[in-house]
Amino acid sequence: MTLNPRGWPVILVLEVAVLAALLVMPAGLDHFWVIFVTRVMILALLAISFDLCWGYAGIMSFGQALFFGGAGYAVAVAARDLEITSVFVALPMAVAVGFVLSLFVGWFLLMTRFPPPIIFVALGTLTGSYIGQRLALSWYYLGGQNGIPSIPSLTVGDYPLYEGPEFYYMVLGLLLGIYLLCRWLVRSQFGLVLAGIRQQESRLTFLGYRVQAYKTIMFALAGSIAGLGGGLLAFHDGFIWPNSIGILLSTQAVIFVLFGGIGTLIGAVIGVGAIEYVGFELADRYPQIWPIILGALLLVVVMFRPTGLIGLLVPERERYGRFGKPPKNGEGDRDAA
Amino acid sequence: MTLLEAKGVVQTYGTLRALDGVAFSVAEGQFHGLVGPNGSGKSTLMKCIAGAEIAKEGAIRFSGTDITTLPPEQRAKLGISLKFQITSVMPNLTVYDNVLLALQAGDRLRDLVRSITRGGYHARIRETLARFRLVERSDDLAGILSHGQQQWLEIAMALVRRPKLLLLDEPTAGMSPEERWATAEILEPVRDHCAMVIVEHDLDFIRDICDRLTVLNQGVVVDSGTVSEIQNSEKVREVYLSRV
Repeated sequence: MTLNPRGWPVILVLEVAVLAALLVMPAGLDHFWVIFVTRVMILALLAISFDLCWGYAGIMSFGQALFFGGAGYAVAVAARDLEITSVFVALPMAVAVGFVLSLFVGWFLLMTRFPPPIIFVALGTLTGSYIGQRLALSWYYLGGQNGIPSIPSLTVGDYPLYEGPEFYYMVLGLLLGIYLLCRWLVRSQFGLVLAGIRQQESRLTFLGYRVQAYKTIMFALAGSIAGLGGGLLAFHDGFIWPNSIGILLSTQAVIFVLFGGIGTLIGAVIGVGAIEYVGFELADRYPQIWPIILGALLLVVVMFRPTGLIGLLVPERERYGRFGKPPKNGEGDRDAA
Repeated sequence: MTLLEAKGVVQTYGTLRALDGVAFSVAEGQFHGLVGPNGSGKSTLMKCIAGAEIAKEGAIRFSGTDITTLPPEQRAKLGISLKFQITSVMPNLTVYDNVLLALQAGDRLRDLVRSITRGGYHARIRETLARFRLVERSDDLAGILSHGQQQWLEIAMALVRRPKLLLLDEPTAGMSPEERWATAEILEPVRDHCAMVIVEHDLDFIRDICDRLTVLNQGVVVDSGTVSEIQNSEKVREVYLSRV
């Protein structure tokens, strides 16, 4: 049951509401919260990348942080050692690193003759993330467990982009662009193929689709988006460390999306905002036990509302969507006669 | 003219020989029934033809091409279509979108991304849904259709791209007598452009619709011929009587 008896296009309403709120927020918030919401938007890119994998293509990836943190480390090293800080070079580089890493992992895990079991992909991606974390921890060049601190600022020409309203609006613009691109893609005929894969993967093969190729394409796209997020976070926070590439953040991406609502895109964004805000408030008020309270809350939502927070508002039918235009009632009777 | 030809097909699961040197052929436009007791190898043979399993030995040729080791999607592109034994429509897509999904399977990736073909498919989807008596349900989710209607939807999906060969694994399982009759009526006009291999336990249905039958028992072809030849076959009678 949802709280939408009037049949409004709830997802669209939520999308517009979230965008409007994000547009005006810096005007009414102090510097701390502008930075906080900027981080939320960057993590939303990671959450969207996981939603594309699991919510749309049926790929259970427990390793999205590998592409996020991998790209973060790459741009951090390039900025530190090669002084590459231009937004027009560093961010495309982050996307490219995310793309190459995810394409490599996807090729290995997904491009098999027969569709691999979900558990194989889940464990494979988890292992990838773990290897990335161990590498970052043990490699002196990457700063070991301290990571890479004092990363130079991102620049536009000679103008540095520090954390604050300018960085905020740049991230908002990128998030909006990525969101619209993904929204368009998942509602296209390509999106219909993904919906088919998610529901009856083996059937799609016998219809003539190269299912594994479609999944690999989506995995690489998702990895590119995670890479962009990792690049942004490295420059925004000014440092990157092994947790940004490891299994903890990978698992967090899963929780963001499960909490917000899988397979809706906007659910991923809302999930990040809700968890980060509730986590912050709980940590402030109950510094000793806040992880237990947050964990219990997440457990309740995941157990009793598997469709996430979004499932409270969005009818099942709207979440699945429609891809083609059906004939009007009665039209076919005349054809059949 | 021969469309499908299987020679010496062997499939094993451990020590069990599910198919033991099976040979059979299907001509263009022919409706060919595969019958036999449970465990005789009918579904295994269908899987080997469709590409769900790769035969351990032997060869399968389709339209002059050796397809023995081709993956299923390449066989589908050559014109082989399959309806599964267990209904496998997309339950959370509309009936219309299920057919669209089947129809666009041959489109290029960039056309799918740009969504430029779906408008052109509208009339063909509508025509297909009308033929399968589903046009009234086109905007419903496939998962809420009755079992018989789901079977029809799956056959519609298998036929909408006009394949050369349709493999039907128990198309009338779970259907009412009226639905079985309607299924035979729906399939009959397909004959002019598509051959069929049908696995079915309903012998009345097989008798009504098929031109030729192949009888399997324990992975071996017992006999093959027209419906009346098989009905009078001593070898077939022995197989069935020996199980009574």
